[in-house]
Amino acid sequence: MKILVPVKRVIDYNVKVRVKADLSGVDLANVKMALNPFCEIAIEEAVRLKEAGSATEVVVVSIGTAAVQEQLRTALALGADRALHIETDLNPDSLQVAKLLAKVVADEQPGLVILGKQAIDSDNNQTGQMLAALTGMGQGTFASKVVLADGKVQVTREIDGGLQTVELTLPAVVSTDLRLNEPRYASLPNIMKAKKKPLDVKAADSFGVNLQSNVKLLKVAAPATRQGGIKVESVAQLVDKLKHEAKVI
Amino acid sequence: MAILIIAEHNNQSLKGETRKVVQAATAIGGDITVLVAGFNCAGVAAEAAAIAGVSKVLSADNAAYEHQLAENVAALVTELGKDYSHILAAATTTGKNFLPRVAALLDVAQISDVIAIESADTFVRPIYAGNAIATVQSTDSIKVLTVRPAAFRAAETGNNAAVETIAVVQDAGVSRFISAELTKSERPELTAARVVISGGRGMQNGENFALLNGIADKLGAAIGASRAAVDAGFVPNDMQVGQTGKIVAPELYIAVGISGAIQHLAGMKDSKVIVAINKDAEAPIFQIADYGLVADLFTVLPELEQQL
Ligand SMILES: Cc1cc2nc3c(=O)[nH]c(=O)nc-3n(C[C@H](O)[C@H](O)[C@H](O)COP(=O)(O)OP(=O)(O)OC[C@H]3O[C@@H](n4cnc5c(N)ncnc54)[C@H](O)[C@@H]3O)c2cc1C
Ligand SMILES: Nc1ncnc2c1ncn2[C@@H]1O[C@H](COP(=O)(O)O)[C@@H](O)[C@H]1O
Repeated sequence: MKILVPVKRVIDYNVKVRVKADLSGVDLANVKMALNPFCEIAIEEAVRLKEAGSATEVVVVSIGTAAVQEQLRTALALGADRALHIETDLNPDSLQVAKLLAKVVADEQPGLVILGKQAIDSDNNQTGQMLAALTGMGQGTFASKVVLADGKVQVTREIDGGLQTVELTLPAVVSTDLRLNEPRYASLPNIMKAKKKPLDVKAADSFGVNLQSNVKLLKVAAPATRQGGIKVESVAQLVDKLKHEAKVI
Repeated sequence: MAILIIAEHNNQSLKGETRKVVQAATAIGGDITVLVAGFNCAGVAAEAAAIAGVSKVLSADNAAYEHQLAENVAALVTELGKDYSHILAAATTTGKNFLPRVAALLDVAQISDVIAIESADTFVRPIYAGNAIATVQSTDSIKVLTVRPAAFRAAETGNNAAVETIAVVQDAGVSRFISAELTKSERPELTAARVVISGGRGMQNGENFALLNGIADKLGAAIGASRAAVDAGFVPNDMQVGQTGKIVAPELYIAVGISGAIQHLAGMKDSKVIVAINKDAEAPIFQIADYGLVADLFTVLPELEQQL
């Protein structure tokens, strides 16, 4: 069984985000970029399934400019077998990404697609669900456990009230939550080996998908800043402030 | 303008989030229909019909919708949704699960986590863990939105809208509910509580979370946690507050042994009053706290419980 893992290049999660002065977006010039943390978890899960003998091949795919090849190489160093770069300078929305991925699914016929639950730049949390809808697949979102058996996959999902387990017919889509696994680090020999693994490039417009989004970004502003308050000296002073100044207790 | 809202519920009762989504929808303007998809959920439909501002309730009561499986609910909503200009659900794990599926099937975008509605086509939403606030305009024929409940107050009750039965049964047959492990708690829900007290890695273990109980009892508070505390297994996942956990905006948020990583702040920085208790005076949480107490939590928590 083949596993397809879509991955996104995003701002590193440790970087302090700054909004551009003209409110057109956030400043990404000279900012450290990385694999979306949820995508790292998706790669790790796919590689573990392969190591356990449940999968035969792990294919990673990313949609974006030539820069995403850096993240695809990282994914190859983490154990993926081959990579596909779908090149575009546009910044496609989750719907367009899902449509492109649906074409890749039709070509590659994976038994399982594992992707991140959310990209930490857009915070959309949509692509996996949309891909599942477009391909008619079942979905196990926000996964904290994935078990393959008898042509089915059982996914334990992190939901607001606790945990829920669903069983999906394969092929299916799984989106990863933070506690699914702890991704490994790429070793130096594996980073070297990754340079020789196949990485195909295809133009996004060769897929026959309309890449224009109907959602226009009007402006991006900084959030209201919170003024730091005061330090209190004791519990007694804290309780007094909460009662008489803030009046919240 | 016609707005369809998908109710959040557990077949027995309507979740408070739905009233907040109704409140958000009133800013769009237009008739509001609430869909209750579930099983043996007549009580929920009646509750939805009592929300002020709701014109009509649709009740799709069938075993196929019992567990809110995304494949089935999305197929139903897609079929009904074609007649509406807006389709809204709460940005909870339920709404986030099925609504993007609806958007894709309708071939429109979804706008996630809306925190303000500027007009019928222009919406405000946080991106980059709340470190930037985007205003977006959609020209899609149907606007599909998840609404962040913490950003809206709840619509009033006192209405008696008509309830219509929907006979459509959508069962995609690709997914099956196996089990659920739901956390039971006598405390208010995190996202609805007036006071939240959260513990972080500084709590050291699960047993020590008991130190928060007495305080929570006295304040009627919900108990939350940082991701580090959840990952370490101190407490269950549904207690996580933050970018990838729950978003809360209580009157009072007390962070205990939490450093204040941006991903945690994303889930609580809109609280009205923030208190931080941390032994490290340099912890970033103090930069946003109204009242900071630099001290060892193991000394402070028993004192606090006693003095409340
Ligand atoms: C993609 C992604 C998403 C994430 N999403 C979330 C999220 O939703 N929510 C979230 O919380 N985190 C999230 N994180 C993790 C986040 O980056 C931090 O790692 C996490 O919030 C740290 O938790 P903490 O503050 O409890 O632990 P630490 O950062 O380890 O802080 C512990 C604090 O406790 C204090 N302390 C220790 N002992 C005592 C004592 N005896 N008395 C008083 N104080 C004490 C210390 O001084 C320290 O400040 C996410 C990370 C990533 C990469
Ligand atoms: N441009 C992209 N290329 C490949 N995968 C993507 C892209 N954008 C999003 N994804 C995948 O979809 C997941 C969820 O993203 P989103 O729905 O945008 O929050 C990410 O974690 C990736 O796995």
